[in-house]
Amino acid sequence: MLHRKPGLLDGPPFAAGAESLAAHHGRLGLLPARRDRLELVATVEASGLQGRGGAGFPVGRKWRTVAERARGHAVVLANGAEGEPLSAKDRTLMAARPHLVLDGALLAADAVGADRIVLYVGEEHHTAAAALDRALGERRREFGRRAHLVQAPVGYVSGEETAAVHYVNEADARPTTTPPRPFQAGVGGRATLVQNVESLALTALIARFGDDWYRAAGRGSTAGSALVTVSGPVPYPGVREIELGTTVGEVAAAAGHLREPLEAVLVGGYFGAWAPIEEAWHAALDPAAMRAAGLAFGCGVVGFLPREVCGVTATARILRYMAAASSGQCGPCVFGLAAVAEATTRLATGAAFRDDLDRLNRWCGQLAGRGACRHPDGAGGLLQSALSVFGAEFAAHQWQRRCKHGNLLRKAA
Amino acid sequence: MVPDVISVDRIRCDGHGLCAELLPELIDLDDWGYPLLGGGHVPYHLRDHAKRAVAACPVQALRLQAGVKTAGPGRKA
Ligand SMILES: Cc1cc2nc3c(=O)[nH]c(=O)nc-3n(C[C@H](O)[C@H](O)[C@H](O)COP(=O)(O)O)c2cc1C
Ligand code: SF4
Ligand code: SF4
Repeated sequence: MLHRKPGLLDGPPFAAGAESLAAHHGRLGLLPARRDRLELVATVEASGLQGRGGAGFPVGRKWRTVAERARGHAVVLANGAEGEPLSAKDRTLMAARPHLVLDGALLAADAVGADRIVLYVGEEHHTAAAALDRALGERRREFGRRAHLVQAPVGYVSGEETAAVHYVNEADARPTTTPPRPFQAGVGGRATLVQNVESLALTALIARFGDDWYRAAGRGSTAGSALVTVSGPVPYPGVREIELGTTVGEVAAAAGHLREPLEAVLVGGYFGAWAPIEEAWHAALDPAAMRAAGLAFGCGVVGFLPREVCGVTATARILRYMAAASSGQCGPCVFGLAAVAEATTRLATGAAFRDDLDRLNRWCGQLAGRGACRHPDGAGGLLQSALSVFGAEFAAHQWQRRCKHGNLLRKAA
Repeated sequence: MVPDVISVDRIRCDGHGLCAELLPELIDLDDWGYPLLGGGHVPYHLRDHAKRAVAACPVQALRLQAGVKTAGPGRKA
């Protein structure tokens, strides 16, 4: 029994590089030797662990679904694409604690009955890929030939589950039409468990210390702990581990004293939502509570927006990124995202057409569910929150062509 | 009775808009000519119209599914 609660990022400092297998085992012990499939699934189910790739789907339930279809020939795809520009938690985890990710992939493979493991890592995450590669080398006997590393092409959409499967199958990282979803027919046509690397790493701790150990953390309605990535005007931005239910204000305090007054916070990343800082400050980073409040924990992004920065401009920048990241296959995503990005940019730069704000309000409700994947849903949700949180500023940009600091906006050069 | 559901393969659909002409009760078009299906539930009296729209789509992007809910892990993302 461990007295101190081990977290994903405990152990040697990140700067020391990847933890070796010997150090990993020395610190956490071996994985349980006898691993009964159904027991593993039941333990993860009982832990209440939810996926950390963005959607927050219960991990145990997904394992059970794949296990029921697999008949021993499933595939586990560990998703370390992490294309989200404001997130760094997956690459940090893979780079510093590769053996936790490998432990998790191995457990998942045992649980669902998989004889193949794909480590799908964003090609820009060099340190992470090198660490996993080296870690695999340390465990050749355990993994044999069943695990291999695939570098995901740079891009927001490459990490979407059907895009990942498509890339592994056909070197094309564009999403595909569902059904079939990966759990039905994924890599090589086999039932495939696509699971975020943080989700997998957490199962490595749950398998060692038990589901009740995991549930002991968490202050609100969702049990457990999570990695978050903090950005904005703070002295110590970056990745940290929190107990779920920690407030936004506490996360800010842990990142050092704020250097500037804040306007808003972006929670959940580019797929998430803006929240006004006064409301968000005491809000708990608790997936269930956030869902009830119309927010999403997503992949754990906490991005602070300084008061000096215009919310309309910040939103326009994100929407332009999302529009450019579209895989270009579905009309409503291609045209809809381009249109909302352009209209928001015109508003931000004082070049608005007279009906831009009206059209944004209309278009924003027409994005969800309109693509083969949920990329447009993410952009629509973000825009919706911007229109509500920065409503007065959007209106001022439309009608007075002024920003909130009273400055007259000039047409963009 | 669970109503049938009409859905569109977003990758296939290239915005011909024919479906909205044949089934205006259920299908609207967005500013670029791509179908807005709402929930896609097809009331019984519109089933034949829906079938006609499915057959008319030049790229076979429309699908009519019998009214059963499919279950699976997380619709989202
Ligand atoms: C546009 C888009 C991009 C995504 N990118 C990632 C990603 O980079 N990493 C990730 O783990 N999940 C990503 N997801 C979510 C995956 O589709 C999938 O839900 C996830 O990997 C499942 O793991 P989890 O249940 O452990 O969260 C993305 C989803 C969408 C719609
Ligand atoms: S919704 Fe957008 S990102 Fe997703 S598959 Fe269609 S075009 Fe690509
Ligand atoms: S008829 Fe077919 S291609 Fe044309 S808009 Fe409708 S679904 Fe799309």
